[in-house]
Amino acid sequence: MTKRASDVSGSPPRRRRNKYTLAPLVLIAANVVLFALFFVWPAVIGLVYSFTNYTGVGAFQFVGLDNYTNLFGDSTFYDALTRTLLYTVLVVPLNFVLSLLIANLVVSKQAKGASIARVVFFIPWLISPIVVGVLWRWLFGENFGLINYVIEKLGGHAIAWQSNADLSLGVVVMAGAWWGTAFSMLLFIAAIKNVPTSYYEAASLDGAGPWRQFISITLPSIAPTSFIVILLNTINAMKEYPLFVSLNNGGPGTSNNLLVQYIYETGFNRGQIGYASAASFVLMLILMAVAIIQLIANRRMENR
Amino acid sequence: MTTTDTPRPVDAGSVKALSKKRSRGGREGGLRRAVPATTLLWILAALYGLPVAWFVLSSFKPAGDLFSLPLTVIPHNPTLSGYKAAWDSANFSQYFINTAIVCVITTILTVGVSCCTGYALAKYDNKWLKAFFICILATTMLPSEVMLAPEFLVVRDLGLYNSFGGIILPAVLTATGCFMFRQFFLTVPDELVEAARIDGARELSIFLRIMVPISRPIMLTLAILSFQWRWNDYIWPLLMLNDPNKFTVQIGIQSLVGAQNINWSVLLGGSVISMIPLILVFLVFQRYVMSADINAGLKD
Repeated sequence: MTKRASDVSGSPPRRRRNKYTLAPLVLIAANVVLFALFFVWPAVIGLVYSFTNYTGVGAFQFVGLDNYTNLFGDSTFYDALTRTLLYTVLVVPLNFVLSLLIANLVVSKQAKGASIARVVFFIPWLISPIVVGVLWRWLFGENFGLINYVIEKLGGHAIAWQSNADLSLGVVVMAGAWWGTAFSMLLFIAAIKNVPTSYYEAASLDGAGPWRQFISITLPSIAPTSFIVILLNTINAMKEYPLFVSLNNGGPGTSNNLLVQYIYETGFNRGQIGYASAASFVLMLILMAVAIIQLIANRRMENR
Repeated sequence: MTTTDTPRPVDAGSVKALSKKRSRGGREGGLRRAVPATTLLWILAALYGLPVAWFVLSSFKPAGDLFSLPLTVIPHNPTLSGYKAAWDSANFSQYFINTAIVCVITTILTVGVSCCTGYALAKYDNKWLKAFFICILATTMLPSEVMLAPEFLVVRDLGLYNSFGGIILPAVLTATGCFMFRQFFLTVPDELVEAARIDGARELSIFLRIMVPISRPIMLTLAILSFQWRWNDYIWPLLMLNDPNKFTVQIGIQSLVGAQNINWSVLLGGSVISMIPLILVFLVFQRYVMSADINAGLKD
């Protein structure tokens, strides 16, 4: 056995491990079944249906690329797509900056009471997106919200947080960043703590100030974590739905309908499963493109 | 220059090394740096804490006082009427039980399945295991929100529509869980497995008797995460469940928000009630979340 295996070549540990096939198979069996049922199967039929006019029940016909060409002529889809991209472009950097800043403060020795503050930063993350939406709706209500009340008290005019589409998106961006900070912060804290202290000692002996240390030591050292944070937040932002539903229900009107809401409404309220599947695949392609671009960027950075 | 300091705890030796340079600046330099950092930290903490505080305090106001001007931070005559109304009116107790059942079952299944998969991926070396690892990676790119329509059809065709099974089963496989366990088992020395093999232990009993017990911290961390994900799930239960008796808490709250005239008193009460379980779980298991190196799990 050993002799034959060595002829096949490969490193010694690999040879030793290769004789076990049954055990790992048993161990991953459940996940393989789940993967096939809830991942491969929907992906395949989704792809097939995206070329049909299927409505969820009864017969359907293949319509070739009609769904896709219609999609690119559909202004509602374009609006949803651009709104989704705008939301992502706003919320991901805001979340990144806030969570990195807070992580640094929490880890820093100078800030007092960091362990209590850390719990405060954590609380938003424990609230579900639906309730986060409710909470910010309560805070930014046009006639009854605390924010407008304070603004009026200070002599300003009530701001149309709900009926102005852009301000409404702004509130969701704030809510999204507020909610997502804790998780990114957690990742950053772990990464910052892993940077060897000797780097900072050497730098401070050479006279580098705290800002210089942050730029030249912390940032490069935590680059892989930054990459993960941006990737995860981008994917999450692209598929955001519950926050919008409870904060402004994609409104005013349909101006803040994002892609997932668009897919949900075409697929389930209007029963155009084929068309919704095509929209899903466009979203999927965008997500994959984002991931691949970031992977390449990350690799470039590491090689430099 | 004299005030330079490392922004993190330094060990005793380095403090000694630095103390010479620092002696000129002395304590005041440290204080001068501590004040802005502490101020900034607490301003930010206030920004993060105030929305929640305002929300929770409002929920104790009687319905009539919610909009009465001037708005007061502390409720004048605190009451639990909003909570009581929410609990009674919207069938909330039923929603709570439903959500708890779904969360607990899904979490147990997720932890078990992820542990098995993570171990197999870490300690066995096969071409098809590697291929499966890439498949799991792919699931992060294709969350179920993206494939709503086809996934709905699959679950319907499996006969799981309008049942808890339809919410639980699609949620069991999570890439994060598999990564966390894989990453953890990679740090367990192979010698441990080898020694057990030499002693004649079977593969699966090595896993069950040695590996499962030592992975308990990861199990807890993943359990908390999984519980949170499932507690917060909204869109998938909304699609799957048709029977109001099977609704989850999040759907219940959204149905209050979606009403023509929002009953804020009930909505605030219901929302705060829905926050309690996760906050409790978090307070009890705080250190497993705070100290967890989730980073390691997500890196690959």
